[in-house]
Amino acid sequence: MNDVRRPHANRILVIIPAYQEEETIGEVVRNVYRHVPDASVVVVNDGSLDRTEEAARAAGAVVLTLPYNLGIGAAMQTGYRYADEEGFAIAIQVDGDGQHLPSEIPILLEELGRGTDLAIGARFLGRGDYDPPFLRKLGIRFFSFAVSTLVGRRFYDTTSGFRAANRRVIESFSRYYPYDYPEPEAILILSRAGFAVREVPARIQEREGGRSSITLRKSVYYLLKVFLALAVGRFRAPPD
Amino acid sequence: MNRVQLVSILGSLGLLAMILELIRRGKLAEEYSLLWIATGAVLLLLSLWRGLLDLFAAAVGIYYPPSGLFLVGFIFVLLLILHFSVIVSRLSRQNRELAQDVALLREKLDRLNPSDDRKPRGEE
Repeated sequence: MNDVRRPHANRILVIIPAYQEEETIGEVVRNVYRHVPDASVVVVNDGSLDRTEEAARAAGAVVLTLPYNLGIGAAMQTGYRYADEEGFAIAIQVDGDGQHLPSEIPILLEELGRGTDLAIGARFLGRGDYDPPFLRKLGIRFFSFAVSTLVGRRFYDTTSGFRAANRRVIESFSRYYPYDYPEPEAILILSRAGFAVREVPARIQEREGGRSSITLRKSVYYLLKVFLALAVGRFRAPPD
Repeated sequence: MNRVQLVSILGSLGLLAMILELIRRGKLAEEYSLLWIATGAVLLLLSLWRGLLDLFAAAVGIYYPPSGLFLVGFIFVLLLILHFSVIVSRLSRQNRELAQDVALLREKLDRLNPSDDRKPRGEE
């Protein structure tokens, strides 16, 4: 890669994975630009059949369109690979449905400034009054317990997808990123590789549109898959 | 030679012939056929050599030796399925990487040829 194509050194990339989010994606992108004017925004369109791509592009985002739906993990990794290739210094994950508030991004950036490699915007740490439905709360608690036990440090909101990564994490994620339900596993992998992963209190909003990717039917699979990934992850050979 | 043995021999031979024919016509890659050939060969060997099957059955504690044949066949089928699961896992990982490459390259292409406006999905 030549350096003319690396105009983004020291810059921030906001990665927004989106599947069928035509109603909210435009506003989410504009909101990011409003609160973090010096950031670039890339929307990873995960094989949407609606007008997600056009809406995101109209709002001024770079759009990476996957030829078919790959799921959140692989979509997110596409964004990280873009961040890696383009030489971005910081990548921030924001959901396409508007539940993460771009106004909270500076909190994550501050945490990176304190030497953290991956900063996670966590609910239940005092800020905001997000109160998820009972079953989801149970799932969130379960994963927090599992990850905390395996890592040996307390985590409160391991399923939160509101995160900021520094350059080292960008490079690591572009090489290997868990798929399907990646958030808890990503914490585990980074922690075991010696990265500093820390949570900071963040406000999370109720969903504006679209539906959670996690239906009741899928949640049993979710639980088992992540639990297996976490348990095996302990012993798995490190990705190369 | 009793009837069970004759059926076993014919069955094993048929399986082996089918596998070899698929390889010959290029419909089954050699890489994936090794386990299949081994399955057919072991079944054939056990059908032909009754003594080996008896020995095996006695060693494992099976009262009716021909059911040892089913056991061996079943184990190989399990191995084959596991083998395929490994292959499917690898293929889906490669598929994911390729799809990501397509997305990244498309974006680069669009950046290099801004005039070449691509029609949105579903409107071709």
